[in-house]
Amino acid sequence: MNANTEPLLEVIDLRIGLTTDAGSFAAVEGVSFTIGRGETVGLVGESGCGKSITALSIMGLLKPPLGLAGGRIVLTGQEIQSLPAAQLRALRGKRIAMIFQEPMTALNPLKPVGRQIAEMFVLHQGASWNEAQRRAVEALAQVKVPAPERRASDYPHQLSGGMRQRVMIAIALACEPDLLIADEPTTALDVTVQAEIVDLMKELCAAKGTAILMISHDLGLVTDICRRVCVMYAGRIVEQQESELIFNAPQHPYTQGLVASLPRLGMRARHGRRKLIEIEGVVPGITAYPQGCRFHPRCTRHTAICETVVPELTPLATGDSSPEAAGSLVRCHHHG
Amino acid sequence: MASFIIRRLLQMVPMLAAIALLIFLLFSVIPGSFATGQQDEGLGLDMAVVQRMRAELGLDDPLHVRFGKYVTQLATLDLGISFRSRQPVADLIAVRLWPSLQLTIASMAFAIIIGLPLGFIAAMRPGSWIDLGSMVVAVSGLSLPKFWLGILLMYLFSLTLGWFPSFGYGDGGLYHLTLPALALGVSPMALLARTTRAAVLDIMNADFVRTARSKGMNEYRVVVWHVLRNALVLVLTTIGLQFGSLLGQAVVVEKLFAWPGIGSLLVDSVFQRDIPAVQGCILVITLFFLVINTSVDIAYKLIDPRIRYT
Amino acid sequence: MKIRANLALGGGLTALALFVGVFGPWLAHTDPIMDANLMNAELPPSGEFWFGTDQQGRDIWSRVMYGAQISLTVGVVSQLINTFIGTALGVTAGYWGGWWDDFVNGLTNLMLAIPSLIFALAIMAILGPGLTSLLIALGLTNWSYTCRISRAQTLAIKSQGYVQAARVLGYGDIRIMFSQILPNTLGPIIVIATLGMGGSILAEAALSFLGLGVRPPAPSWGSMLSDARETITIAPWLSLFPGMAIFLTVLGLNLLGDGLRDILDPQSRSRR
Repeated sequence: MNANTEPLLEVIDLRIGLTTDAGSFAAVEGVSFTIGRGETVGLVGESGCGKSITALSIMGLLKPPLGLAGGRIVLTGQEIQSLPAAQLRALRGKRIAMIFQEPMTALNPLKPVGRQIAEMFVLHQGASWNEAQRRAVEALAQVKVPAPERRASDYPHQLSGGMRQRVMIAIALACEPDLLIADEPTTALDVTVQAEIVDLMKELCAAKGTAILMISHDLGLVTDICRRVCVMYAGRIVEQQESELIFNAPQHPYTQGLVASLPRLGMRARHGRRKLIEIEGVVPGITAYPQGCRFHPRCTRHTAICETVVPELTPLATGDSSPEAAGSLVRCHHHG
Repeated sequence: MASFIIRRLLQMVPMLAAIALLIFLLFSVIPGSFATGQQDEGLGLDMAVVQRMRAELGLDDPLHVRFGKYVTQLATLDLGISFRSRQPVADLIAVRLWPSLQLTIASMAFAIIIGLPLGFIAAMRPGSWIDLGSMVVAVSGLSLPKFWLGILLMYLFSLTLGWFPSFGYGDGGLYHLTLPALALGVSPMALLARTTRAAVLDIMNADFVRTARSKGMNEYRVVVWHVLRNALVLVLTTIGLQFGSLLGQAVVVEKLFAWPGIGSLLVDSVFQRDIPAVQGCILVITLFFLVINTSVDIAYKLIDPRIRYT
Repeated sequence: MKIRANLALGGGLTALALFVGVFGPWLAHTDPIMDANLMNAELPPSGEFWFGTDQQGRDIWSRVMYGAQISLTVGVVSQLINTFIGTALGVTAGYWGGWWDDFVNGLTNLMLAIPSLIFALAIMAILGPGLTSLLIALGLTNWSYTCRISRAQTLAIKSQGYVQAARVLGYGDIRIMFSQILPNTLGPIIVIATLGMGGSILAEAALSFLGLGVRPPAPSWGSMLSDARETITIAPWLSLFPGMAIFLTVLGLNLLGDGLRDILDPQSRSRR
């Protein structure tokens, strides 16, 4: 296989189990996607659909009662899901890095932020603390933090939310990993700051050739930064398409609902006064996933077959024969 | 920052005043003075003698006059004259200050040296035998009467094995200090073990520890770089509070081991109805508690950067 | 699983203690005070005297059985007083606020600044030894924590809608406090009360040991230990059983309190 076309990360048929007193449940099932080198892929879904734990499982950070129950995770041709702990640890920070939703709690409140960035250099590149502190200041400058030398000795609570997230990005990208997993990085931030952070991520990752797996519930945000989007619902991927296509021509009823529910400028002018469209019903809990297609209780198109037969993830037959469109998949009996 | 410290220290003054008032009021309503107390025991004193004693001790003056005298005396660190020994109470207490401190410090040292690691190890292996065992030890330590523990220790290590003396101060060395310190130190040790365990467990589940792991650190590094200091900060308050209250809790242990501290003086004075001595002891013990608490408060604010830099 | 072990063991021990407390007189073999036969002095445990005898020839088993009554009475009654004072002050302070709140706060701070054993000792010094004085002394010393907690809970509940809604409906203050606020504060207060009982029993034992609590010849476990000290080399069993009784009772209450805390007050520390 040509090194250029070899995917960076392949997730194949991932299954994450949840063990409770009431039995074992599959929180995430049959999840497969690939990320190419330097590619930006989005994972979208409502809270509780399993996107965050999918990300954690790639990093090997799942904690009981959650655990990897099946499937493969392949990083540049090497299977990593069953690696011994030490080897898995060697990948973290160095080849795959992660940033989290709440930058305030994700940083140690008792350490200056510069130190927390410097740790990366000491850990992975054998730098001395002095050297690492110097490079930490450079990293802060890279993420566009003003007055980086002063900021490096600040504590997390002294920084604004946006700045803290920049620090997190600096930490994550410090050792130039191949893949950056961003778990709802902007959800806790103000709207104006969100855009800045997203632009920063795009810019830095493009410059370093880092691929991004962007996880969010915000479809609009994800389609902005990512080339390809996977939509997850109740532990399964239900649609996978290019961002443009998914936005303009969503195939799965759930995705269609998501797209339709986005408030957009000029709606009132175009469509007159209308209530915001919502998807009826609520996301089912892990222990109460419906049989067959998990979305059927909320779907306007559901029929008898939807209640019993789980739809397979099938490629879309499109007139477009470009290689990107070939990756389009949907899991529905009545898609289109 | 400095203004905060000064403010906090100044806050101690009204508190001390209130305590002094409370103690004074409490003991001024005792039915009968030293003289009457003696009458209770059937010694039957000549009334003229009683009257003269009362006048001498100023016990017949109106309340506010007595309180005024009391406060002015306190300001000059004069705690009055002991009814029993006719010596200044301040002198009586002064000579017992160091033994009490020795006992308190030794007990606290034991509590920290054993309790902190115990709680820490228990938290690192939750649900294991070590965890269960140490928590059983902890809850037992909190349920033991100190004086019973003292008696058991005395019986085992002193009377049976002969390793330590069963009472007395001796030359103030470890030989005499060990058993009382153990008897007093087990319960703060138990409390520290529990608090440390809870603190470490909380931190291990915190988001920033997950971040640390995601950076690729091994568990050892995660603990040393991120968990230890944060846990210590949480436990610091408990250590301080325990230390402050130990002086008060030492009362029974001091009596049991005939340890010449403030606690045993307090007990003896109560039996002898020596009011000034009782007042003086209570005041000193409470002052110690207050000073330690305030210091812990200040120290905590200095250590936690979230408060230092706001 | 840990929670259930706590409750089971703690509940069991506490129930045992209560059982002995209530049925002590029937479980005992002899009168704890009057049946003193110097011929039987200082006998080790045997078939006739299960726990041996003391210097006066009294059966230790019987004295321990009767002693439970004293300890438990002190524990329960003093804790009830504490809880009553603490809750009354705390809830009213949180509810009405203003100068009353300031006053209660100041008083609570004052009480918290004085070590509780010392304060109890001081009051015992004033009132003289005896069971009633002991109940008053211990009842007056440990209410501060209950007061703090109930005040905090009251403030929290006040900030939610129930209280205003009730006022609008015309409920009087007292009724609101009893029907809305009190039920919600019960959880943590029950936990504190249970643990506090253990503390009260330990305090009573300590004070009686010093001779400032329950006076001999009443069979308080604490004063029994005080007597036992003198003959510890000849009759060590005298020191064993009363102390064991205190230990097991307090252990039961502590375990029970811990278990209850996990159920009723999950946010507080020292969980699992």
